[in-house]
Amino acid sequence: MSDLTKLTIAAARDAMRKGELTSADLTEACLGAIDEAGALNAFVHKTPEIAREQAKAADARRGADAPSLNGIPLGIKDLFCTKGVPSQAASNILEGFKPEYESTVTTQLFAGGAVMLGKLNMDEFAMGSSNETSCYGDVVNPWKIDDRNLTPGGSSGGSASAVAADLCLGATGTDTGGSIRQPAAFVGITGIKPTYGRCSRWGIVAFASSLDQAGPMTKDVRDAAIMLQAMAGHDPKDSTSADIPVPDFEAALTGDIRGKTIGIPKEYRMDGMPAEIEKLWADGTAMLRDAGAKIVDISLPHTKYALPAYYVIAPAEASSNLARYDGVRFGHRAKLAHGDGITEMYEKTRAEGFGHEVQRRVMIGTYVLSAGFYDAYYNRARRVRALIKRDFDQVFEAGVDAILTPATPSSAFGLGEMAEADPIQMYLNDVFTVTVNLAGLPGIAVPTGLDAKGLPMGLQLIGRPWEEADLLNVAYSLERAAGFVAKPARWW
Amino acid sequence: MSIDVDTARRVAKLARIKVEDEALPALAAEFSSILGFIEQLNEVDVEGVEPMTSVTPMRLKRRDDVVTDGNQQAAVLKNAPDAREGFFAVPKVVE
Repeated sequence: MSDLTKLTIAAARDAMRKGELTSADLTEACLGAIDEAGALNAFVHKTPEIAREQAKAADARRGADAPSLNGIPLGIKDLFCTKGVPSQAASNILEGFKPEYESTVTTQLFAGGAVMLGKLNMDEFAMGSSNETSCYGDVVNPWKIDDRNLTPGGSSGGSASAVAADLCLGATGTDTGGSIRQPAAFVGITGIKPTYGRCSRWGIVAFASSLDQAGPMTKDVRDAAIMLQAMAGHDPKDSTSADIPVPDFEAALTGDIRGKTIGIPKEYRMDGMPAEIEKLWADGTAMLRDAGAKIVDISLPHTKYALPAYYVIAPAEASSNLARYDGVRFGHRAKLAHGDGITEMYEKTRAEGFGHEVQRRVMIGTYVLSAGFYDAYYNRARRVRALIKRDFDQVFEAGVDAILTPATPSSAFGLGEMAEADPIQMYLNDVFTVTVNLAGLPGIAVPTGLDAKGLPMGLQLIGRPWEEADLLNVAYSLERAAGFVAKPARWW
Repeated sequence: MSIDVDTARRVAKLARIKVEDEALPALAAEFSSILGFIEQLNEVDVEGVEPMTSVTPMRLKRRDDVVTDGNQQAAVLKNAPDAREGFFAVPKVVE
């Protein structure tokens, strides 16, 4: 494997603009790295023909004024519909589905010259925190400390693993309750979930429509700024996408955060939190203080209720969104027995096509929306959601610019280790990230250290709505102070 | 709240997911555990709080009521498990 795949997006862009590198060479290096990394199970549909064609086109338009992503090889999460290329959301129910259309986000990336290497593994319908619910099998974390295979986190586990293992320069992810930030933290890369409405959801397989947002997963903060720039913007095809200008995110990276106010929420100090996470958080706080920020203690009193509210709202929306998988218009249809009618077709198709976790969430959602329980569960959860958002509004009104928290309650755990656990134990992985989705805010995970076992750990910064530029700059300052450069040793 | 086997069966039916009888007790137990977790929400005072409908106070955009897309029958049917004569085919619905 050549070192080309280790380049950041910014470094590759600058080299290509100067004529020192071609996208064709860079793309071949990535395709080679992917072929050698089957053990990670990150790429599940490879698209070398498309990649070579896009690389050729990118080289033809190469020059000083080519767009930032011109010729940059990326991986695309399987949740994004890509025209003529399998787009299965890692589910058997979408087996064989090849969309006749292209998602808005990937349309924008390719219009900006990006190269698609293939589709990336994930949890089925983005429901999971360990990438163990995929129809393609588990993704393996490139970080290894003993003979166990570790989870890369989820649901964007394939994206995380591929970027950390230098199979691609960046990847798309999506985040409904932490699915960009938790895996980014587990593999030592950067991932940002922008403000709800910043990126179009059109053409992204829907999980929970009021929470889902796409975002980039990259090797550093600058690359996240570059990639988010290309992904963001208004789209008439998504009525919830915001018709407001997208600022120049990369230009905002000055590293100067003097005078900024950073809030430290006391409710994120959980009982039984590992001492290493606590230290990571304290160290990150000190770094921002040393960089000239003002540190204030804040309270977000409804934090504790975010996960239970999420596990009403997300399954409720999923049960509605996933009603479309009925064996009629696309994907899998069960073989029917003599005399089976349309109801048997639905029931058998959905039992065969959906995995266990997806079935469980669809049924929980069905229950909380059913007659007699709608007020007690669904409406109560939406009221609590309003209170969670109000907590953040009040803190921002009091002058806080960004909030610093841990990204995850632990470092990566072993694949299969949670198999016997209660589902709620797995849900607790999202305890620090899920509030951000409920409140529609931007959040970014930045790697800042290794634990005693040698595994990466990350911190999360939460910003004001629509102020990703400012948030990225605080993250950039934290990244520079932390100086995290560790990479997984290659074993695959 | 404890979910019994009959409730689990009814929910599976509503969700149009076939669950074999022998799998229902385990499913009911999982539902009970998750709903028990969700019931923490009852501790919160939500008096006078409106249920959130949109996370950003944004007025949905309107557009002129005109046809913007269409005439794509082949593309629409392309991924159907069973398409015949320009239609989606399904088992007989009405006797």
